[in-house]
Amino acid sequence: MSENKHILRVENLRKSFGDNVVLKDVSFTMDKGETKVIIGPSGTGKSTLLTCINQLVKPDSGTIYLKDINVTKAEEMNKIRARIGFVFQDFGLFSHLTAMRNVMIGPVKVQKMNKEDAKNLAYEELKRVGLLEHADKYPAQLSGGQKQRVGIARALAMQPELILFDEPTSALDPELIGEVLAVMKDLADNKMTMLIVTHEMGFARTVSDEIIFMEDGVIVEQGTPEKLFKNPEHKRTGEFLFKLTELYGEGDE
Amino acid sequence: MPLLLKGTLVTIEITFLTLAIGMLIAVPVSFGQVYGPKWGKVLIGIYEKVLRSIPGIVILFLIYYGLPRVGIQMSPFLACVIGLGLRSGAYQSQIFRGAIQSIDSTQMRASRSLGMSKMQGFRNVIFPQAFRVALPPWANEFTIVLKDSSFAYALGVTELLRQGRYIISTTYEPMLIFLTIAAIYFVITFTLNKSLQALETKLIIPGFDIREKIQ
Ligand SMILES: Nc1ncnc2c1ncn2[C@@H]1O[C@H](COP(=O)(O)OP(=O)(O)OP(=O)(O)O)[C@@H](O)[C@H]1O
Ligand SMILES: [Mg+2]
Repeated sequence: MSENKHILRVENLRKSFGDNVVLKDVSFTMDKGETKVIIGPSGTGKSTLLTCINQLVKPDSGTIYLKDINVTKAEEMNKIRARIGFVFQDFGLFSHLTAMRNVMIGPVKVQKMNKEDAKNLAYEELKRVGLLEHADKYPAQLSGGQKQRVGIARALAMQPELILFDEPTSALDPELIGEVLAVMKDLADNKMTMLIVTHEMGFARTVSDEIIFMEDGVIVEQGTPEKLFKNPEHKRTGEFLFKLTELYGEGDE
Repeated sequence: MPLLLKGTLVTIEITFLTLAIGMLIAVPVSFGQVYGPKWGKVLIGIYEKVLRSIPGIVILFLIYYGLPRVGIQMSPFLACVIGLGLRSGAYQSQIFRGAIQSIDSTQMRASRSLGMSKMQGFRNVIFPQAFRVALPPWANEFTIVLKDSSFAYALGVTELLRQGRYIISTTYEPMLIFLTIAAIYFVITFTLNKSLQALETKLIIPGFDIREKIQ
């Protein structure tokens, strides 16, 4: 097996906060164009796992490879972060900038792209998430669903090799979830590589290539949606999926 | 009257230089206090607490009369601006720190995840917003510094108040002169507050309510 074939390779990742062991020994890989969904109970370490991948949180041990770069040992972490998109549950839009400028700022300040090119790029990305007519609005003037789509456009503008989503629809009113999931499905169809923490079972089932079920800092089981829903190896997986489906519904779009 | 105006100018000079020195100190200090390493926070905490608990006049005496003992001598004007500047820096850093902390932390994480350094995130994202939040309390700090500039009197700087005393010693009109001086302080404060309010209005971001942030 070629070691460098994967876009992302996480090996034996461990992380504790004080004596709270959050990630116990997590390993998995992602290939180009794959969409993987992470599910698991609250406090299981899903967010911690995502933030370890882009090193906003430093893991205690283990290695993370982005293509053939060892991220845990990287010296120029800012350059590597620029290649990994991140979409936040609470959006994290820059309140003092319009939607357009939110999308432009990464290319301009980090990639030193000239303003004109960045503007054209931002225009394309806002079009892609269906927000062209809101380009000149400030975050406070947008609905939650629109904010999150700007958040996605902002990540896309960096041309990332991988996008991490941390519960992108959890802060949204139910009627706004669909528009964000639709954008994400469109990305999946266009072979964007995405690692998504979500409770949206309908989305996980129909869009993801694989579901990773985490509990208490370990990956209990991972596999295709079919396998996990119909024929899980572990009893806990079945129970948890059943509970989620009850809570959040099938979510068929 | 021209003498009073001359004094007024010195007062304004002291005020602005003090505020400028204070701000030069406060911006990096507040950055360090929020985003810096632990030892930096400790050092800054000491600076800020010490300078905020010593009366302004004592700081000025220490600098003007104390420092020559270790070979550092300066003019009364300079001693005054440096002393008051150091003190204002401590107060302003608290203003900026509060303003920075009022900006939700996801925005810094979002900046970092785009590949910005902490410094870039601060400059491009956090500071422009924190600055707006800090304006009203900063206007208040301005009026405090303006009034404290009269401490310079004690070092013999010929600012507004001392100029007034000179005039009184020849005209014997204390009531009139002191009232005029009070009126001048008032007019400066009033004008500057109005200008800062205008700036605040000009910088308003649609939907981002500064008043809501301060409460
Ligand atoms: N910066 C931190 N400092 C200390 N403890 C933390 C920190 N971040 C997370 N934790 C702890 O780590 C554990 C896992 O948190 P994490 O946010 O990764 O879980 P999660 O699976 O994302 O949960 P949720 O579904 O609620 O978002 C929790 O017990 C949390 O309190
Ligand atoms: Mg989480």
